[in-house]
Amino acid sequence: MGLELPITGAGASTSTPVRPLVEVKNLTVKFVNREATVQAVNGVSLEMAPGEVLCIIGESGSGKSVTMRALIRLLPKGRAAISGHMRVGDYDILSLSEREITEVRGSTISMIFQEPMTALDPVYTIGDQIAETVVRHEGCSQKVGMARALELLQVVKVPSAERRLTAYPHELSGGLRQRAMIALALSCRPSLLLADEPTTALDATVQIQVLILLRKLQKELGMGVIFVTHDLGVAAQIADKVAVMYAGRIVEYGSVRDVLLRPSHPYTIGMLASTVLGQTRDADIEAIPGSPPDLRRLPPGCSFAPRCRYADNECRSVVPAATAVAPGRLVRCFKAGSPPPGLLPGP
Amino acid sequence: MADIMVGAGFQGTDEATAALKVRGYWQTVGYRLRYDYVTLFFTGMIVLIALGSIFAPLLAPFDPLKTSMAYRLKPIGFRQFLLGTDELGRDMLSRLIWGGRMSLLMGLTPVALATVLGGTLGVVAGFVGGRLNMLIMRTMDVFYAFPSVLLAVAVSGTMGGGMSNGLIALTLVFIPPLCRIAETATAQVRNLDFVEAARASGAGTGSIIRHHILGNVLAPVLIYASSLISVSILLAAGLSFLGLGVEPPTPDWGLMLSTLRQAIYVEPYVCALPGVAIFITSLSFNLVSDGLRQAMDVRV
Repeated sequence: MGLELPITGAGASTSTPVRPLVEVKNLTVKFVNREATVQAVNGVSLEMAPGEVLCIIGESGSGKSVTMRALIRLLPKGRAAISGHMRVGDYDILSLSEREITEVRGSTISMIFQEPMTALDPVYTIGDQIAETVVRHEGCSQKVGMARALELLQVVKVPSAERRLTAYPHELSGGLRQRAMIALALSCRPSLLLADEPTTALDATVQIQVLILLRKLQKELGMGVIFVTHDLGVAAQIADKVAVMYAGRIVEYGSVRDVLLRPSHPYTIGMLASTVLGQTRDADIEAIPGSPPDLRRLPPGCSFAPRCRYADNECRSVVPAATAVAPGRLVRCFKAGSPPPGLLPGP
Repeated sequence: MADIMVGAGFQGTDEATAALKVRGYWQTVGYRLRYDYVTLFFTGMIVLIALGSIFAPLLAPFDPLKTSMAYRLKPIGFRQFLLGTDELGRDMLSRLIWGGRMSLLMGLTPVALATVLGGTLGVVAGFVGGRLNMLIMRTMDVFYAFPSVLLAVAVSGTMGGGMSNGLIALTLVFIPPLCRIAETATAQVRNLDFVEAARASGAGTGSIIRHHILGNVLAPVLIYASSLISVSILLAAGLSFLGLGVEPPTPDWGLMLSTLRQAIYVEPYVCALPGVAIFITSLSFNLVSDGLRQAMDVRV
C-alpha cells in the first residue's frame, strides 16, 4: 500500500520539490479490548508540504480524528495499537520517548479542539493558561509568558485583550473561547497545527470569522494545518488539499478544486450529492444508501463496496490500491477514471 | 447580586468592566463574601471562639480545675460565677472558655489530616484508575460500611480513650468520605477535554495533576471538608460523652455535658450550656461552609 504522493504545489506553483512537513506511511490504529478489535485506521499514507492546509473529510467514525490524534500520540496508551511510520518535521513520532513527545507537543505540533467550552480549564484565567504553555516550552518567567499571552490574544483579534487576559473561560462567548484556544495553540509557533473540527460547535457567522482568522494566521506564520471536518463548506473555505476518509482509509486525495468539483470516488460523489446546498428545491436529496461498515468486521474488499451502486465482484474481494488518476490526485477505486455518466455535476 | 456583577452578565462601559474584571480567583471569592452577611457574621463567631480559646488563660475569670464543695451547682449569675458552677463547684464560664480549645482542636485536626490523606488517596485513585482505583476505593468502602459514630466509638474503644486516640479515630472516620469526593471529582476532571488539551500542549503527568486536576478538585474537597468540621466537633463531644475522648478533669464540652447530665433536674440551664456551646460552634462552621461553597464556585 506504500503510495508515493507526488507533490505538485497546487496553488503555490513552486517547482523545486520541498521536503514534506508531514509524512505518514501506512498508519494503522487498532483499539483492542477484550471483546473485539476496532480497526479505526487502516493504512493511511499521506504527505503534506509546509504551509499547506490539508482537510480530512469524513463522517463520524471514519478515522479522521484518530489519524490526527495519532500524529500527536494522544491516543490512550494501553488500548490503542499504532503501527506504521509518521514523521513531522525532524521528528519520527513513533520512536520518540514519552519525554520527547511532550516537548514536541505544543511547540512543533499543537492542536485545537472541537469544544472550546471544555477544552479550557475553568479555574484558570485565559492568560494563565496561555502563559503556562509558553513558560513550559520556553522556560521564561510568568511575566514574560503573560506578555506573550496578551500579544497572542491581539493576534487572534480578541477585542479588549487586556481585559480578556484575566477573564475565566466561562466569561467569554464561544467564538472568543475558540480564539483563545487558537492563541493557546499558536503560543509557541508550531509548524503543524492540528484542528479537530474547531468550528463545529460555533454559530455559522462565528464559524466564518474563525475560519478566516485561521486561514490568515496560517498564511502569516507559514504553518501547516491539518483540519478535520465533516462539513464540506468548511473544507471548501480553508483547504488547499482534501483527503476524503472512509472506514479508516483515504479514498480520495487531491487539491480542493479537483476533489470537490470533479470527484472520482463514488463515496465522494455520493457525499457531494447529499449536501443541501446547490440542489434544486424540489429534488429529493440523494442520500447514500446503507450505513458505514462495522469497524470491528471490515469487508474484505473495498469498504465502500456494500453501499456502492457500481461495485462488482472485484470490488468486493480486493481492496483497491490508491492510484493516481492525475498528477497529485489519488483515488482508491477500481472504477476511477471512468466515472459513470450522468452522475457528475458538469465540470 | 454579587454573582451577576462578577459573572458574564455585567454589561457596562469598557473601563467600568475592566475595573471589575481585573481580579484573581481569591479576589472574586472575597468580593462575593463581602455581601454575604450571614457568612460574615458566623465567620466572626468562629473568630471569637478561636480568640477565646487562644487567650483562655487571660480571659477565664477562674481556674477551670479549681473545685469548691461550697459552691456546687449554682445557677447562672450566682455571685461572681457569671454562668454558674458545675457539680464540683468549678466555674462554668472558665470551663467553657477553656473547653473551646479542646473542641476546636478536635474539630480541625482530624479534618485537616483526613483532607490531606483522603484527598491524596482519592486523587491518585481517580487519576490512575484501573486496579489501583479498585484497591483504594474498595478499602474505603469497607470503612464506609460502618456508621461514622460506630466506627469512631469502635476505633477509640479498641485503642483506649485519650485525646490522641480520639484524634486518630476521627481521622479514620473522615478519610473515606473525603477520599470518595476527591476520587469522583478527579475522575470527572480527568476525562474532560482540557486535560487532553493540556497534554496536547505538552504538559506532563505531574504538571497536569498539579495544575489542572488539583485546581479543579481542591474546591469541592475543601468545601466538603469544611462541612465536616462541625461533624467532627459533635463526634468528638460524643466520644468524650461516652468517656472515650478527653479524660477528666480536662475541660471539654462533650465531657462537661456528660458529667452534668446527672444534675439536669437540679440546674437545667447550667447543664445545657456546654450543649449550647457545641451547637453554636458547629452551626457557625456549617453556615460558613455553605457560604464558601457558594462563593468559591467560579463556574456559573
